[in-house]
Amino acid sequence: MTDTPSDTEAKAPGLMARVADSDILHSFLASKVTVVAALVALAFFIGAAFAPWIAPHNPFDLASVDLMDSLLPPAWQPDGDMRFLLGTDDQGRDIFSTILYGARISIGVGIVSVLFAAALGITLGLIAGYAGGRIDAFIMRLAEVQLTFPAILIALLVDGAARGIFGNLNRENSAFWILVFSIGLSFWVQYARTVRGSTMVERNKEYVQAARLIGIRPGLIMLRHVLPNVMSPVLVIATINLALAVITEATLSYLGVGVPPTQPSLGTLVRIGNDFLFSGEWWIAIFPGIALAVLVLAVNLIGDWLRDALNPRLR
Amino acid sequence: MLAFIIRRLLQAVLVMLAVALIAFTLFRFVGDPVNQMVGQDTTPAQRAELRESLGLNDPVPVQFARFIANAARFDFGRSYQFKQPVSDLIGSRLPATFELSFVSALFALLVGIPMGVYTGLNRTSILSKLFLTISLIGISLPTFFIGILLIFVFSVTLQWLPSFGRGEVVDLGVWTTGLLTVSGLKAIIMPAITLGLFQMTLIMRLVRSEMLEVIRADYIKFARARGLPDRIVHFRHALKNTLVPVITITGLQLGSIIAFAIITETVFQWPGMGLLFLQAVQNVDIPIMAAYLMLIAFVFVVINLIVDILYFVVDPRLRVERAVQS
Repeated sequence: MTDTPSDTEAKAPGLMARVADSDILHSFLASKVTVVAALVALAFFIGAAFAPWIAPHNPFDLASVDLMDSLLPPAWQPDGDMRFLLGTDDQGRDIFSTILYGARISIGVGIVSVLFAAALGITLGLIAGYAGGRIDAFIMRLAEVQLTFPAILIALLVDGAARGIFGNLNRENSAFWILVFSIGLSFWVQYARTVRGSTMVERNKEYVQAARLIGIRPGLIMLRHVLPNVMSPVLVIATINLALAVITEATLSYLGVGVPPTQPSLGTLVRIGNDFLFSGEWWIAIFPGIALAVLVLAVNLIGDWLRDALNPRLR
Repeated sequence: MLAFIIRRLLQAVLVMLAVALIAFTLFRFVGDPVNQMVGQDTTPAQRAELRESLGLNDPVPVQFARFIANAARFDFGRSYQFKQPVSDLIGSRLPATFELSFVSALFALLVGIPMGVYTGLNRTSILSKLFLTISLIGISLPTFFIGILLIFVFSVTLQWLPSFGRGEVVDLGVWTTGLLTVSGLKAIIMPAITLGLFQMTLIMRLVRSEMLEVIRADYIKFARARGLPDRIVHFRHALKNTLVPVITITGLQLGSIIAFAIITETVFQWPGMGLLFLQAVQNVDIPIMAAYLMLIAFVFVVINLIVDILYFVVDPRLRVERAVQS
């Protein structure tokens, strides 16, 4: 026990040095597009995480919202107001602030549902790859059938069914988890397939056989020995899936089956703004939409780069 | 060949059964079908009677068998919200969705293939880079936002195209079409572009990478050496050999076009199946959800089957390999 802390102490500077000198960092800095994308994504994450402190107004605090300020155009237009950079909506809420708060919900749902999908997919993939035989065949057949359908359709179906089952619960509290559940369920297959493939390779390696020989339980072998060795492709899938999950959440919210208008995500904001498009108040829908597109594009670019950087065949 | 088709058919039937099981579970266990069908003032005795007449007291496997038998005749009962047979509702909406999907696929092919050929042949030109950048942005933009941008530019600002609906529709008996009237044609332009844009970028990238491969092949060098003009080399020799994967992908994508029509139909208030399905999800109208799920699964399975068989017919190498194996 005594040598454990010194162990980590010895490792810590080594780790920093390793990162500073790694291929990954070099390839990251060499790709200017990726650096820009990472900065944009970082700005979004910070803006979302600290929305209550950064946003110039709190759009959900009724005391600070004034109906007199409703439907103001962006600040650079003749009727614009400098207090509201991107204009206001029909209730006088500042669009820039609602975008920050909306990004908070969009990114929140995105990250939690990617974690859920990854956990589900990794578990099933590990079990399928490690156990093999009938269990493997069953899980993979399930994955194949699901793969025939587009994820958005699965998410819509799960959402509809979940709302049928939990219909009596408070809509505002359950909406977040129903979304996470339906998006997570529609994206697990990719993780399961990847993890299964690598697990089948790792299963026959000597360290696993050794672990089995000294009598460690299969669950523990999968978790402690196999899992760390199959994780790196999962990281790439998770990054690309974050973009997909954010799009799916926005789409569901736009379609009116996502988060309720009282806690709008970026998709809900576009849905709200859609009604004002025809009366000339274009900024209510267009700005949240642009924010969503830029966020997704940035995450996609990082994912693309990560896929190439971690692929040994491309080195 | 026959054994291959039979095995494929068997797999297709299995997939359909699995989907039917999901649809049945939805119908039977999400909420109580009887409660959904009757009003507040129905007596318990009447409810029990309805329950018995619907066969909900039978063993579950018997109910499942009956569900499949009904599904095969496309009988999914009555919609909870409209109180009409589901098959009538879907039947009246089907032409709108199929027409939209067809036009979108056509758009994706007619624009995507030339763009792919161009970017494949002129890798370094500025126009190619522009096309590739546009396609990256096109993939990142959510479908509904593309639709909204189009409406904003062409309906609200320029007022060239209608922002919702199908325009004037001609009734041909079993089928209604908007492709024969001017207003119908104008109405389909923006929905078709919105729906087809993603497929277009996909096809463009596919044709581009295939062209890059093919153009290096020996027979292209020979064709050039024989002094054939570029146009013939590019389109007769090169493009022809890139088309097999393009046809496959387009075929497989046709199913997801129909599914993604849900979003486009919502943006443009297009009176198709997708809009019906979305209303069903919002109101937990299980019979419509179950029927839509089965229909989409059927479309997917049939398309997959056709593509598999076409592959077999088109690519002689597959046949030779199988003959050698057996």
